[in-house]
Amino acid sequence: MNATDILIRFGLGLIVIVVVMTVCMYSVLAERKVSSWIQGRLGPNRTSIPLLGNIPVIGRFLTRLGVFQPLADGGKFLFKEDVIPAHVNKVYFVLAPVIAFVPALVTISVVPFGAYIDAATGAARTVILANVDVGILLIFAVASLGVYAIILSGWASNSKYPFLGGVRASAQMISYELSMTLAVLPVFIWVNAPGTPGTLSLVRVVEAQADWWFVLTQPVAAVVFIIAIFAETNRLPFDMPESETDLVGGYHTEYSSFKFGFFFVGEYANMTVGACVIALLFFGGWHPLPFVTWGDIAAWTGLPVNVGALGAVLAVGTFAAKVLFFLFFFIWVRWTVPRFRYDQVMRIGWRGLLPVAIANLVIYAILIALLERAGA
Amino acid sequence: MGGENRLILRMPDAEYFPILVQVILGVSLAAVILTASHLLGQRAQKNRIKDTAYECGIPSEGQPRTRFSVKFYVTAMLFILFDIEVVFLIPWSLSFRDFVSAGIPILLPGLFFLGVLVLGLFYEVRKGSLDWEK
Repeated sequence: MNATDILIRFGLGLIVIVVVMTVCMYSVLAERKVSSWIQGRLGPNRTSIPLLGNIPVIGRFLTRLGVFQPLADGGKFLFKEDVIPAHVNKVYFVLAPVIAFVPALVTISVVPFGAYIDAATGAARTVILANVDVGILLIFAVASLGVYAIILSGWASNSKYPFLGGVRASAQMISYELSMTLAVLPVFIWVNAPGTPGTLSLVRVVEAQADWWFVLTQPVAAVVFIIAIFAETNRLPFDMPESETDLVGGYHTEYSSFKFGFFFVGEYANMTVGACVIALLFFGGWHPLPFVTWGDIAAWTGLPVNVGALGAVLAVGTFAAKVLFFLFFFIWVRWTVPRFRYDQVMRIGWRGLLPVAIANLVIYAILIALLERAGA
Repeated sequence: MGGENRLILRMPDAEYFPILVQVILGVSLAAVILTASHLLGQRAQKNRIKDTAYECGIPSEGQPRTRFSVKFYVTAMLFILFDIEVVFLIPWSLSFRDFVSAGIPILLPGLFFLGVLVLGLFYEVRKGSLDWEK
């Protein structure tokens, strides 16, 4: 690897970060628009910018849609006063939003976006930053650093509401981490077929779903995992850390300007990675339909839909559509389901989800062992 | 060793290199944005009210970091126990089908291990350490 390669790696990393940040900005807009549609309001429809906003019909349409709103939000984050109150612990107070922001950008590096066949060599290629064997393990490990952001901000704020929010959130996040990991294990038991090298790679999981998607063979694991992701990303109905009705703003009550923005962006980036992982583990990644891959379509129609640039675009597009659907699903649930009380959250985690996840693991271990025996 | 050679990474490292790139980019982006927001942000005079903890306008009373329920500690301890068990289960699940097809016992030992885990959970539930209502 020489200097040019390293520069290319940095360039690709930057492109992925820009894409993720854009998705985050526009999921904030989607959150506001979808909530307003659900509640029979109009949502953001005034913000406009010169030039683009002045195009006769399209500009007006885009303004009504709120397309320029995220730009205004970003500008406000940047130009508002950056208050660091005197009563806070400054080092950790500044560190916490950075810890909330960075892990989400790191985990995206092991998420595969699509796969295609190289036109020149005929080799299979994956659109991914780091194609490593430990994929899902790295995501779990780095994503769980997010709990430090919340506990640190709660503690460093030296104020009652953030402190309570931080303590509650850390207990909630560690409780649901167990169910999340246990729900994924049966998938990897199945993926690691005899004779193949052991792997936790997300690419291999998608390749194993060429016929049956795991949501069809392991629906309970999929449901447990999706619920746990809701709790891990602190989305309603599990948004204990900042439940506005009893904790004002929760752990970020004392934050302002872009430090608050980092918590905000971090939450949406975590949501995006969560949606990616759900799509990859249980919903066939870049395969368009269960039992149908782009390779099958190419074989039936004779068109090169899995080769070269076209193949890459179609695969990434399919995956992106699934991710956007799950982002919509996150928003949809938030504005439909009421918030749980804290004791209910803990009861669901320890006495509901965890036993179900363990039972699911035991049942699938026995089933897969029986299948393996019958096949041997 | 020339200047060029020092940049050459071994293959296994090269696979993980983009993750390091992402860490560097993430941290530097955060630093740049925080600095920009600090420099560009509006300045207003400091005052006494701005330096007090936000409690919806009511003057703050007592310690900001109050004592909190022991259940949070119990939850954290339980999490550590269960998380270690989960970590043991990851290599178990990776070699599961290999071992079964080779006839090496792995299902029953795994079930025994999980049984101990479930017994512990059952005990905790009966003891009431997971009851947050009281």
